[in-house]
Amino acid sequence: MTFLKNLGLLLLLVLVLAAWVMLPWFGALGLAALLGLWMLLTRRGAQARSVTGVGVSTLPQRIGSSAVIVVGIAGVVGVLVALLAMAEGYAETLRKSGSEDTAIVLRGASAAEVASVMTRDDITQIGLAPGVAKSAKGEPLLSAETVVAANLPVKGTTTDEEGSVQMRGVGDEAFAVRPQVRIVAGRKFQPGLKELIVGQGAARQFEGLEPGKQIRLGSQMWTVAGVFASGDSMESELWADAPVVADTYRRGASRNSVTVKLTDAKAFNEFKAALDGNPQLKVDTSTTLAFFAKQSEQMTKILRIIGIVVGTIMAVGAVFGALNTMFAAVATRAREIATLRAIGFPGLPVVVAVMLETMLLAALGGILGGAIAYLLFNGHAASTMAAGSVGKLSFELRVSGQLLWEGLKWALAIGFIGGLFPAVRAASLPVTTALREL
Amino acid sequence: MKYLHLIWAALFRRKLRTVLTLVSIITAFLLFGLLDAVRTSFDQAGQSANGASRLQTGSRLSFIQTLPMALTQRIQAVDGVKLVTYANWFGGAYQDPHNQVFSFAVAPNYLDMYPEMVVTDQARQAFASTRLGALVGEGLAKRFNWKVGDKIPLQSTIFPDRSGSKNWQFEIVGLIHAADKKSGGWYDQMFLLNWKYFDDTTPYNQGQVGWYVTRVADANQADRVAKAIDAISANSDHETRTQTEQAAMASWMKQVADIGLIVSSIMGAVFFTLLLLSGNTMMQAVRERTSEIAVLKTIGFSGRSVLAMVLAESVLLLVIGGVIGLGLASVLGPVISAGSGGSLHLPAAGLNSWATGVGFMVLFGVIVGALPALNAMRLNITDALAGRA
Repeated sequence: MTFLKNLGLLLLLVLVLAAWVMLPWFGALGLAALLGLWMLLTRRGAQARSVTGVGVSTLPQRIGSSAVIVVGIAGVVGVLVALLAMAEGYAETLRKSGSEDTAIVLRGASAAEVASVMTRDDITQIGLAPGVAKSAKGEPLLSAETVVAANLPVKGTTTDEEGSVQMRGVGDEAFAVRPQVRIVAGRKFQPGLKELIVGQGAARQFEGLEPGKQIRLGSQMWTVAGVFASGDSMESELWADAPVVADTYRRGASRNSVTVKLTDAKAFNEFKAALDGNPQLKVDTSTTLAFFAKQSEQMTKILRIIGIVVGTIMAVGAVFGALNTMFAAVATRAREIATLRAIGFPGLPVVVAVMLETMLLAALGGILGGAIAYLLFNGHAASTMAAGSVGKLSFELRVSGQLLWEGLKWALAIGFIGGLFPAVRAASLPVTTALREL
Repeated sequence: MKYLHLIWAALFRRKLRTVLTLVSIITAFLLFGLLDAVRTSFDQAGQSANGASRLQTGSRLSFIQTLPMALTQRIQAVDGVKLVTYANWFGGAYQDPHNQVFSFAVAPNYLDMYPEMVVTDQARQAFASTRLGALVGEGLAKRFNWKVGDKIPLQSTIFPDRSGSKNWQFEIVGLIHAADKKSGGWYDQMFLLNWKYFDDTTPYNQGQVGWYVTRVADANQADRVAKAIDAISANSDHETRTQTEQAAMASWMKQVADIGLIVSSIMGAVFFTLLLLSGNTMMQAVRERTSEIAVLKTIGFSGRSVLAMVLAESVLLLVIGGVIGLGLASVLGPVISAGSGGSLHLPAAGLNSWATGVGFMVLFGVIVGALPALNAMRLNITDALAGRA
């Protein structure tokens, strides 16, 4: 019999958790409102309210053991939110790099810009395709770019450790197809000279990337002319004049990728069809939005999986901590609860009261953990070797409202599991034994 | 030691509470074991005696830049160099571009450089004589169900052949066995193809070499040899950067992620929570035994031995949970590695992890037990027995 009851409880638990995962925030709000109405309007509800009131009022006396629940859950939520914020920030940075009305063209089946080669002829053909926006002078808004990597000394290391940074050879058109790029310090590089501008993210990571300073690329000295900001993945790059970069890397007249500005987002299909139908071209065309989204896909997935696995293991620990505390709380109040039952309180208000108390502590922990994660990690700079790129991509962790809500959901779920079993035990203890005990 | 049964009885006085606390400790140390395995597997990459005597020479400009073939003889001539070989990154993927394969186009003498890879003489000869031949790691072959003799297509995500197609044909002529099974994760997943076939087939290479690997006669001379190799091409348009394999690996890993930092911050959060949780358990356990402890003192146990017993109890609690957790991690790690098809390599917790782990267990046990143990030591018998403490 007890076995069946426990099995039933476990099944209920699984069902509730599954439903909980799906639940959007307004659903949870609705549930809370329903619970509130029940407690205000019905007799049972009023009983539950008074039992909860007694439980909550004794919390300060049990501050040590209650803190176990709060801090345990705060730890889970903090780590979870921080790890997910990493995934979020990474995806966000790449998402912002693309738009629907610009397209990027690479040689067929190239995994990354750096692996692609576009000849002069290819570039001319692409410029003639329909759907390409024109400049005031009537020329196609098209930027053919050389993408290479450069080794630079990493900031903050004492040894001569070097990291890789993606370097892009561009012309004036690059700024026309990417209006978000703006110079924040110094000036633009001069065509034909060994000068470059550096993204803010790159300047944060590598040594000596300040306007006026010289850096060494291979055997050549280059001058940093300015710093640019764009708020996306371009910020992790160095930009310089395309012919000079191509010359340094022995690339001749060919380029790696072509980014075009389309007349509008709807023109993309026509543009892609024209390139695919051109027998002289063997290229892959995608909107920059799709291109960067695809790059972030795998990494974001890995980061999310790590976050959820670590979060789950920690959550198991926190659940047992909560169970422990609540079993102890229920045990010390066994006589009080039995007295309530003896004077006619049914089991339900007792169950609700214990669960509410646990979930209240859990919610506190969730909010605390989320707040700590937000304060410590929102905007925290991180970097990794990005997929589809040959340089370190720097990005900022982003603790969004969505993530905080997700963390709170985890907290409440842990509180639910941790409260359910002690609550049921409290309600099902035989009154006579409980009164005789202690 | 003679009080062990007493400590044991105290520990399991309330079975449910002890079990619940144990599960929390187990999960914490399970996480510790797994994360520490990740950290060590990153740390150990390239950390071998062989790794210290091998130098990697790449373009100073960037890792995507190639070097001229002609450097082979000049590096060979450097004093202290025993063997030179070279390779190119192929960027292979099987069937789906997501199924990336560690594939290198290698020089004929490449295998001489790596005693870590065991290949039969027969397979080596076949590799040398078959233009389209490929040697594949055991793990990789298992992952894609390849057998010796199979003809397989592999796409390069970087290099097309002369017709512009990225599909390359290969014939598997032999398997690579990792000499050291324990740290063989990397060699197990290797795909080697003939450099000559690679260079002839793609129009984008033209006699260039991705990187050189050099073995020095004496590992202590590695720095001097590295400088001498870099001096060959100083001030040319193909300057080189030479590092020991160890250093090169470490700096590459660091670019991917600062694993050490991530691991220690997660573990910090986990252990903090653990301390609080088991501390609370011990406080409860000692508080409810107040009168028993008073009785113990009455019959002659000294304050010190009561202190020691409570401390022993909390250390025992942590050690039991910790050992089970770390043991689980040792079992689960290899299972996860096998399940991930080689993309993850989590060795069973090594001696180092165990030593650190046990150190943490004892330390936490002492911290957690300190306050309740002191309370128990200072307990006043009369107050306690009268129910005033």
